[in-house]
Amino acid sequence: MNPLSVVVRTGCDLFAWFMVVFGVNVLVHGYMTPGGGFQGGAIIATFTAFLLVAYGGRKLLGWANEKIFDLFEEVGLLAFFFLAFMGFPVTFFYNYLVKPLAAGGVVPPAGTTALMSIAVGLEVSGALSMVILTMYRGIRMFETAPMEEEIGHDR
Amino acid sequence: MNWNDHLPALLLMIPLFGAFAAPLVCLLGKTMRNVLLVGLSFVTLLVALLLWKSVLAGGIAVYVMGGESFNLTLPSGMALPIRIIMEVDAFSAFMVVCGSIASFAGALFSTNYMEKFTGLGRFVSLYFLLTLGMLGMMITGDFFNFFIFIEIASIASFGLVAFWRDRPEAIEASLKYTLVSQVGSMIFLIAAGALYGKYNALNIAAIGSLLQFGVMEKIALVFIIGTLAMKCGSFPMHMWLPDAYAEAPSGVSCLLVAVSQASLYGLMRVCFSLYGVNLGGSFIPWMIISMGLASMFFGVTMAVVQHEIKRLIGYHSVSQVGYMLLGLGVGLLVLTDAHGMAEYGFTAMKGGIFHIFNYTMYKGLLFLAAGAIYYATGKRDLNEMGGLARRMPFTTAMFVIAAAAISGLPPFNGFVSKLLIYESVFAVHPALTVVALLTSVLTLASFVKVFQTAFLGPEKSVFTGVREVPSGMLFGMGVLTLAVLGATLFPSWTLSNLVEPAAKALVDQAGYIGAVMGGGL
Repeated sequence: MNPLSVVVRTGCDLFAWFMVVFGVNVLVHGYMTPGGGFQGGAIIATFTAFLLVAYGGRKLLGWANEKIFDLFEEVGLLAFFFLAFMGFPVTFFYNYLVKPLAAGGVVPPAGTTALMSIAVGLEVSGALSMVILTMYRGIRMFETAPMEEEIGHDR
Repeated sequence: MNWNDHLPALLLMIPLFGAFAAPLVCLLGKTMRNVLLVGLSFVTLLVALLLWKSVLAGGIAVYVMGGESFNLTLPSGMALPIRIIMEVDAFSAFMVVCGSIASFAGALFSTNYMEKFTGLGRFVSLYFLLTLGMLGMMITGDFFNFFIFIEIASIASFGLVAFWRDRPEAIEASLKYTLVSQVGSMIFLIAAGALYGKYNALNIAAIGSLLQFGVMEKIALVFIIGTLAMKCGSFPMHMWLPDAYAEAPSGVSCLLVAVSQASLYGLMRVCFSLYGVNLGGSFIPWMIISMGLASMFFGVTMAVVQHEIKRLIGYHSVSQVGYMLLGLGVGLLVLTDAHGMAEYGFTAMKGGIFHIFNYTMYKGLLFLAAGAIYYATGKRDLNEMGGLARRMPFTTAMFVIAAAAISGLPPFNGFVSKLLIYESVFAVHPALTVVALLTSVLTLASFVKVFQTAFLGPEKSVFTGVREVPSGMLFGMGVLTLAVLGATLFPSWTLSNLVEPAAKALVDQAGYIGAVMGGGL
């Protein structure tokens, strides 16, 4: 993919960040508005897609560090698991933070649901960004470099 | 708190943790990765055994995910259960034991088998996800969650089948499986939606207690049977199975066998516990029996002509699934007929259920042995092999045990379950037994061929450098060999402790419904 014109790139500079802000907004309000972790994460991942379309893949590969996306995924997944596990004296996935608003509940009135949707949002934003990068690599693979070979079987 | 109550949740939690932690742990090096893979698989096996023991002692275990109490299925006077409910009766517990043994053996085998390849962090992750999907299908009490777990297992297996991504055949097998399986899953979802639309419930027990057999229920039943028969590799929908089994790495093939049994479990759960006495007429049982017969016969006739070893074993999977469909189909046929059930139906079901255990063990072992041959020689084609018995004595011995068991040679465990099926389905129609016996003979013929070409005969000069496979792989095969020998040496113990409670639980529809709904039918 080649970079697009300066108009598009300037548009991307101005507006791409708002997608991240909007995505975060969707995911932190996931427990009481339409949307949630997955939707918010997907909106955040459009940031990567914007950069890919506007600036072209070569530049994006130079900027993006896949370790960061991996880290997002891992932190999200393990946080999700930890939140589910903490319900354990009662049951797995028990919402141990929820309390009535009058009783001074933490993150009222959602409890772990809100935190879980943030964890899912982290995971999805990392994973979908990775998917975009990998798909771009897939396109490039057919254009230029030969496929990296596995060793150890007969082909 | 009593950990015994939380065993159903722990069973899913441990592979889930494995899948989520794998990429991180794999950064710590090879040893930690293997410890995670084998260790957590072993803990899953232990939890499965404990769960089985507690279900046998204390009856059906119910677990409400996220509930105020682990067994609060109907909170604050609701008429229908709403939360995610796990329901483990003796049949589920039996399946869980089978599945987790296969998963442990596959994990042990994969430690050495996969070490030459890259991307193992993702391999371990997907392996645990596949285990999670399989175990979830076996213990869930909720129709929609069954669909979720089917999807988890399917998506993990798409990735694992195509793990050797530079082999075009692997990509083709994975794509074929993806297409067939996704179409099937969507059809299953339509059936789940139809039942939800009519009964306002997704819990299997809740729908079972309300079900009245009408046109919509018939359509839903056909959709469900179609999907699940496809997923377990029954005859007209089997075309994805030999490809997927042959192309997946061997440790994964071993687990995929157990995953296909989870689909068979779902089929039986829907027929016996959801529809059960409301099944209305003998059409569906006869359809299952005919699918079983067709799978047996066509599967084995396609297997005898194969010369790629894992593909041959894959076609045998089609034929072996036929035995279970036959046995359980006969049980379903006489479900409302107390005399027929006592006379031969229950024996047929015991045969079918025992065959599930036997099949998972020896088929897994055959796939692992085929993988060991492939690892040692680098060859897949039987025509290029020969004289391996001298070089690989342990693999040869274990392969012989598995081949004798699948062919139904006495005294091996395959013989016991097949005999139970032969003698009971004879009472329905002698032709059923004839087809089953013929299949068994052809199975023996094809395994004689495999054993003779691969292991016997003069040693080939290209194989002078071949050595026995590393110990991890031998231990992996050893676990399954022990299971096969255990069921061989103690068939009556296995029948009365593992199989009979499972068969009793499967026919006890009122018990399954009562455990969630409280009042029974």
